[in-house]
Amino acid sequence: MAFSRRNFLKYAAMSAGGTLIADTPFLSARARAEAEGGNVRYVPTSCEMCFWKCGAIAKVEKNKQGEDVVVKLEGNPLHPQSMGKLCARGQAGIGQLYDENRLKRPMIRTGERGDGQYKEVSWEEALNYAADKLKAVIEKYGPESIAMLSHGSPGDYFTNLLKALGSGNIAFSSFAQCKGIRDAAWELTFGHKPGSSCERVDLKNSKVIVLLGTHLGENMHNSQTQEFAEAVGHGAKIICVDPRYSTAASKASLWLPIKPGTDTALLLTWMNIIISEELYDKAYVEQYTVGFEQLKESVKQYTPEWCAKETDLQEADIVAAARDLGRYAPNVVIHPGRHVAWYGNDAQRSRATAILNAILGTWGRPGGMWLPAKGKFASFNDGYPKYSDPAKAPVIKGDYPFAGGEGLTQVVRDTTITGQPYPIKAWFICGTDAMKALPDQRQTLKAIANLDLMIAVDILPSETAMMADIILPECTYLERHDGLFKVEVREAGVGLRQPAVEPMYDTKPAWWIASELCKKMGLADFAVKDSWEARMRRQATAWGIDYDKLADTGYVSLPDSAFPYITADNQPEFKTDSEKIELFSKKLEEHNFDPVPKYEPTDEPEKGMYRLLYGRSPVHTFSRTINDQWLWELYKENQVWLNKKEAESLGVKDRQYVRLENQDKVVSDPIQVKVTERIRRDCVYMVHGFGHNAPRLSRAHKSGADDQQLITRYKVDPITGGTGMRVNFVKIIKEA
Amino acid sequence: MPRYVMVIDQSRCVACMACVVACKRENDVPAEHYRTRVVEMVRGEFPRLRSEMRSELCNHCDNPPCVNICPTGASHKQADGTVQINRRKCVGCKACITACPYDVRYINEEHGYADKCSFCQHRLKEGKEPACVATCIGRSRMFGDLDDPNSEVSQILRETSWRTLKPEVGTKPNVYYINQFPRKS
Repeated sequence: MAFSRRNFLKYAAMSAGGTLIADTPFLSARARAEAEGGNVRYVPTSCEMCFWKCGAIAKVEKNKQGEDVVVKLEGNPLHPQSMGKLCARGQAGIGQLYDENRLKRPMIRTGERGDGQYKEVSWEEALNYAADKLKAVIEKYGPESIAMLSHGSPGDYFTNLLKALGSGNIAFSSFAQCKGIRDAAWELTFGHKPGSSCERVDLKNSKVIVLLGTHLGENMHNSQTQEFAEAVGHGAKIICVDPRYSTAASKASLWLPIKPGTDTALLLTWMNIIISEELYDKAYVEQYTVGFEQLKESVKQYTPEWCAKETDLQEADIVAAARDLGRYAPNVVIHPGRHVAWYGNDAQRSRATAILNAILGTWGRPGGMWLPAKGKFASFNDGYPKYSDPAKAPVIKGDYPFAGGEGLTQVVRDTTITGQPYPIKAWFICGTDAMKALPDQRQTLKAIANLDLMIAVDILPSETAMMADIILPECTYLERHDGLFKVEVREAGVGLRQPAVEPMYDTKPAWWIASELCKKMGLADFAVKDSWEARMRRQATAWGIDYDKLADTGYVSLPDSAFPYITADNQPEFKTDSEKIELFSKKLEEHNFDPVPKYEPTDEPEKGMYRLLYGRSPVHTFSRTINDQWLWELYKENQVWLNKKEAESLGVKDRQYVRLENQDKVVSDPIQVKVTERIRRDCVYMVHGFGHNAPRLSRAHKSGADDQQLITRYKVDPITGGTGMRVNFVKIIKEA
Repeated sequence: MPRYVMVIDQSRCVACMACVVACKRENDVPAEHYRTRVVEMVRGEFPRLRSEMRSELCNHCDNPPCVNICPTGASHKQADGTVQINRRKCVGCKACITACPYDVRYINEEHGYADKCSFCQHRLKEGKEPACVATCIGRSRMFGDLDDPNSEVSQILRETSWRTLKPEVGTKPNVYYINQFPRKS
């Protein structure tokens, strides 16, 4: 179709009944650029300001020097994870692209580790140096002594390098420090994770939504927050369980300010009420679950009266919430959560969440959770040889029977310190600031001190990157190809990442860096054959997708892949041993864990101490966006939330700077107090990711205080190896 | 000629700041200045709290004090209902900033003129909604023509009780607020 500007505007007008349109109708990047006269390009891609991978469209113009400049980022209306909208961070991706503090050229350390002395070198020199050092480590200790800690897209490419080298010691913080625990618990229950690209929660159709420590709004996962607002708008009941009056709590019809660490008591009591009052979905339980009788017997002990005492909630509220769930079931959902590494018994809490969903019959029901999409993706490895099995088994699952394939970062760290069962002597740190991601920074430093070699692949000079021996500067997501990405929002689809502009400075895409290192290490068979884009093209062909269309629109859906709800001829498949939902888990029993979740109390703060809680700001992603000038301007430093009555008794005023000292006498940098009614008296709260100790980050350095510094203790979940991090207590120290 | 208004459903705002960044980038707003902001007001005592999320911006008043006080005619009311600033006429005297009861104007220090929300006038000309509306994650912000009885905003204002900010100052705003608090269903 010929596309003139006039046609374009006509289409625009038509699309909303003659009034203004929600956004430019996005048919294709090419057509849109043509319609606007050719001085502009639109590049559909996938955002990487967080890990939701929203479809984004970069608008690129030429500046006076004739250089391409990204001038705006918008949401891709075709992409179901952004639905035409981008959050603050997504729009501020340009701030990362043009951040003057970026790592610009490869660097080799010249001073002591951590003192920031480096020389800039060419890629050839950096890669040769890296390869020589890697070979020396392999010769002395074997290939398994090379490990990688990662979070985000560079990890995929370096996973290939490590596996080709013969090491399986690869760990992503997304497991032990985040959602892996939940994934394992839901797999034990439903035989599925609660989502792939996003949680399969059918929020927009829900009548009751329960959020336990899930802060939608502050936790800005785009499409999910859009659906949450939709649910609020049409009057869904929101039950928000949180010690803090979060944004989500402010939307709730019932806010339950629970005593931290007691969520499992509440979940089990709700089950007891729902079962004893026969509010559960009997036919569903009968047809799809096993172990109901054991569950019923086991939860009998958890009475509302007991629960009220344990959780510090009103008995009437506890009962009312359970009855609401029962009344509106199955069109209700208890959100599985995302960052669930809280108290060291998190797999059982996640199991309780899963089981409560199960007895209410939410899996495969409107307003509950949609069923996994039925898109078939042909396997594709582009003709690479198979990896040989590592000579020594990876340590990444520790002694935890249900640790996932993403690995346990803290186990890699512990092994690096102890040298048991074998030494780990080299680290790749790819796209993660390990000092901010892992609990107990003292251990992280100890492990780093034990390394013969540390190679960082990153965009910004984070504290961790600036301890590396070799720094390999990755370009930003707006300058590279990545993907293809499988997307699953009711239907299955495919997204991609493609460059809006050429890489700035002397930075390179991670795929290229890893591939060149493969060649230098004598593993040319594992190197990228031509270019990543060519590989993406071949992958699209293997998946039966028109790559050119994908590159032009940013998202292609797989036809007939959405079967969200259970019907007579759309029955759910549960990939468990029993092929049913396992309310009672034989697998857990075999490993001597409670087959049905039980409540165990957590340690409580001593007098004068507060439990340290942490969370998210909608304008930041962990520690990685603090230096983005557009986002930094909006939220420059974190504050510590302190209950007003506590502040009065301590004589602390709003906005006063204090320090926090934890139970191990670790003292934070100064942090402003937010005196508020919005939090319980027994805990304090701060946004995670601040207090960078990274002088080359001109904005983020020493902005606010670092929660991770205070998280010197963690309690490991015995089932999955997740690191429960809400087990630290702090007191407030007034500045002299 | 349309009559542009914005309707803000406060119950759907999640204070995510997407609108704030969209506005800043769309309109090249200088550092530390904003044409729109999100105010979070929490009232009550723990645990009985109530919170209001309120996006604020130029109200494009029908009785605009900024226009009335402007000595050069730079600030003016257009036929489409919007209040705009003719930058060439503006001498940066800040009278409008003092006169505005909503604190939504600032001086662009680099160029010396007063500035504020224009309802993304340049986008309206292309048939697009203002940038804040287009990216509003909660679909809290709505925009349209009040003279078109079939527009979304007309329908909402007919069917829903609404308010404007500081009605007592008599400015007759064209930014309407609905659902100050989420429904307690």
